Amino acid sequence: MPKISIQDLKKIKERERSRMVLREGEFRAKVTVHMGTCGIAAGARDIMGVFRDEIAKREITDVMLTNSGCAGLCAKEPMITVEVVEQAPVKYIKLNKDKALRIFEEHVLQGNPVEDYALAMGSETMAT
Amino acid sequence: MCASPSYRMHFMMCAGTGCLASGSADVRAALEKELVKRNLQDEVQIVMTGCNGFCAMGPLVVVYPDGVFYNQVKPEHAPLIVEEHVLKGRVVEKLLFKEPAAKSAVPLMKDIGFFGLQRLIVLRNRGLIDAENIDEYIARDGYAALGKALLEMTPEEVIEEVKKSGLRGRGGGGFPTGLKWEECARYDNFPKYTICNGDEGDPGAFMDRSVMEGDPHSVLEGMAISGYAIGAHQGYIYVRAEYPLAIQRLEKAMADAREYGLLGKDILGSGFDFDIAIAPGAGAFVCGESTALMFSIEGKRGMPRIKPPRSAEAGLWNQPTNLNNVETFANINPIILNGGDWFASIGTEGSKGTKVFALTGAVNNVGLVEVPMGTSLKSLIFDIGGGIPKKRKFKAAQIGGPSGGCIPNGMEDVEIDYESLYGVGAMMGSGGVVVMDDHTCMVDTARFFTDFSVEESCGKCTPCREGLKVMLDKLTDIVEGRGREGDVEFLQELGRHINGTSHCGLGKSAANPVLSTIRYFRDEYDAHIHEKHCPALVCPELIDFVVIEEKCKMCGLCYRNCPSDAIIWEKKQVARIDLSKCTKCRTCIMNCKFGAIR
Amino acid sequence: MEERDAILKKKREADRVIITPDELEQLDPVIEKYYGNPGYLIPALKEAQEIFGYLPQEVQYKLAVGLNIPASHVYGVVTFYSFFTIQPRGRHVIRLCLGTACYVKGAKEILEIVQREVGIDVGQTSDDGRFTLEAVRCLGACGLAPVFLVGENTHGNVIPGQTVKILDGYQ
Ligand SMILES: Cc1cc2nc3c(=O)[nH]c(=O)nc-3n(C[C@H](O)[C@H](O)[C@H](O)COP(=O)(O)O)c2cc1C
Ligand code: SF4
Ligand code: SF4
Ligand code: SF4
Ligand code: FES
Ligand code: FES
Ligand code: FES
Repeated sequence: MPKISIQDLKKIKERERSRMVLREGEFRAKVTVHMGTCGIAAGARDIMGVFRDEIAKREITDVMLTNSGCAGLCAKEPMITVEVVEQAPVKYIKLNKDKALRIFEEHVLQGNPVEDYALAMGSETMAT
Repeated sequence: MCASPSYRMHFMMCAGTGCLASGSADVRAALEKELVKRNLQDEVQIVMTGCNGFCAMGPLVVVYPDGVFYNQVKPEHAPLIVEEHVLKGRVVEKLLFKEPAAKSAVPLMKDIGFFGLQRLIVLRNRGLIDAENIDEYIARDGYAALGKALLEMTPEEVIEEVKKSGLRGRGGGGFPTGLKWEECARYDNFPKYTICNGDEGDPGAFMDRSVMEGDPHSVLEGMAISGYAIGAHQGYIYVRAEYPLAIQRLEKAMADAREYGLLGKDILGSGFDFDIAIAPGAGAFVCGESTALMFSIEGKRGMPRIKPPRSAEAGLWNQPTNLNNVETFANINPIILNGGDWFASIGTEGSKGTKVFALTGAVNNVGLVEVPMGTSLKSLIFDIGGGIPKKRKFKAAQIGGPSGGCIPNGMEDVEIDYESLYGVGAMMGSGGVVVMDDHTCMVDTARFFTDFSVEESCGKCTPCREGLKVMLDKLTDIVEGRGREGDVEFLQELGRHINGTSHCGLGKSAANPVLSTIRYFRDEYDAHIHEKHCPALVCPELIDFVVIEEKCKMCGLCYRNCPSDAIIWEKKQVARIDLSKCTKCRTCIMNCKFGAIR
Repeated sequence: MEERDAILKKKREADRVIITPDELEQLDPVIEKYYGNPGYLIPALKEAQEIFGYLPQEVQYKLAVGLNIPASHVYGVVTFYSFFTIQPRGRHVIRLCLGTACYVKGAKEILEIVQREVGIDVGQTSDDGRFTLEAVRCLGACGLAPVFLVGENTHGNVIPGQTVKILDGYQ
């Protein structure tokens, strides 16, 4: 019988928590991947995959990853919006994996928008 | 599952009795199929949770991280949800909940009045965890209280904390839990037992079912802590026969807890041994009573016995035994973790914490709600319950089931706690709140509850066995038109007698529904007896089945719906009823929008 | 007269289904499982009822002997709890909830319809052995009131008018 100790209990808690935090609705940052028809065609699913992998790999619990529909700018897909608490939202366009990684590192984690890829800063909020 | 995928979205699919009955298993299958079809199975996880308390709107799916609440989801909606919500990130408008009053759709669960106004302690995990996954329970501080109690506290300290919290038993009696544990801990006679009362006999209440199904570990944990406090190493959960899903979930939970060593020998290395077995009930309301329940576990007929000795001294197999209700146990984890003072800061002077109510009957949002003690009945029915449907009027609320009483219109400001309810002639009971509108006959309601008590009386003592029968006969006479002068006084006298001289809680409170309806609705009794008329138009013998000409708007609805062709009606003419054909089925009354038939 | 006799005879036959000693052997594992455990009569009876559908005398007697409990005690327990039945039941057991929530939402009308259309009262089995009607007090699915079960299937939010249609699905 594998008996657990109080430390094991805490470990299970930490491990599961990172998985379940999605259900609690308290996030520091939110990444919205625009996934309309053309967004998906342009590779939005891959971009979504990059963020999913990074979040999982680094066991990050306070970043919400979500998607939304067409943003009306099909030519500039794939596109995402990054919102960090108490900062204006930023839209990034024409992404690829590397760009996505850099945005994740610099903007999502450190809070410094990557101006090189940004479409507009603070133009609109993604209402949920 | 091999390497656990990193899901970006969770579908919390309600898998409580209510939603399963409405087909949530099929919805789940359809969603799964749809996800696989679009290769999204590694992005979206489907979690089967316990009851969300909003069964009437089931099947329910809550989508995280956004917290969007979908109700009445059918399998054929699966492609829509996956396509729109998962792929395109758009909320599926037509599956959103609509507030009955405002008629506007509310996407987020937390913004729905029914959910937003609740304060969850007992139901802290509802809809948030997979009911069959112990890890998810642990993630939400599960078993941390057991760890704290076993490793950092003495049994005396545990009891002290529970006493400080002011927690009172949620099974109906409202006896302070800490005192009960303390008394049981005092006896040096081993073995001792701790029992969870999951008999939930009060018809119309289903909070215990919801907890056992949706968060079974919270019950196990509370029981283990009580075992530690009183010095018991064996627990029993008595579950009523009608709850197969609860039994199944509890059994799974027990097996998982044993696997982790959270039940069994030397729990968490503390040296404390504790295990639990399930004792199934077999359909007898009186077995919810403590001594009867213990006889039932022993395999005997479940008849209450005379106390003393109290169960704390000589209970199951004559050994010291503690008995608590499911909801009581579910409160223990937060009390131990957050401290008794925290718990005592919620609620009223005499009643601490929250209470789960089962809101049913003539109310828009039927369901389970948890609110702080002291919440007003009005807020419960109108803010959370969304008011009375069909624009009808609130007439009364019956609280506490067959042992409780009613609270009439005009008194809905009463702030619900143990004392206030007692003061107005009702009872907390298990927390069933049945809302009644002006189409409910109070005499018929009283008769209904009396009938229940007659059926369920164990027959051991005369006032309950015979007295209730006489009471039922009298009530039947009244609703069938044979009432006489003096009947009401007779019922009152008899009721006081039954309540005063019966032996167990069933008989002691069985007359409450009659006494309280007489107290607040004496005029209805009088109308039945003297005018031979049922004002709510419920008792068929006391309805004239005539159309009131002034009120009839000549719409013909009654004519179209009468199954016996007893209505004579033509366009622009007042309807008439042919009494020789009428079978008194009341269909016409329910259909007439103008109350023109009496 | 002949017709009436035929009906009477048919009825008598229906009641006299005897469980043979061979069939009774199915009880052996149950007895083995619970033997010597005080207090396990109720679970044992439940399993027995699952096997035979009801608990006739011969089953009660065999359990009593097997578990070493007085037969009168077994009988007492069987008759005390409403879950147990000593009559054979129909192919489909209708368990109609008459709990408070269901009652105020029209369970009474459903009851009347079943009584009228199927011709059985609570506790009875139809002559063709198709339905048995039982009344229960709250199935814990009050949110779906009015509720009834047919076998294991729950029917909730039933509009009384639909009752017959639902029952048609069970032949
Ligand atoms: C007739 C009768 C039926 C009862 N039914 C229940 C029940 O279904 N569930 C329950 O928890 N308590 C029921 N009780 C109350 C129990 O006897 C007991 O007080 C309670 O389970 C103790 O737990 P608590 O202190 O946590 O409330 C019933 C009492 C009586 C007299
Ligand atoms: S009051 Fe009724 S239920 Fe209680 S012991 Fe007496 S007869 Fe039995
Ligand atoms: S009570 Fe029924 S039968 Fe009588 S008139 Fe009305 S609908 Fe027709
Ligand atoms: S339903 Fe009412 S208003 Fe309409 S015809 Fe009948 S009695 Fe008159
Ligand atoms: S679908 Fe992406 S901008 Fe139109
Ligand atoms: S079973 Fe789903 S809300 Fe109750
Ligand atoms: S009253 Fe019918 S299910 Fe509860």
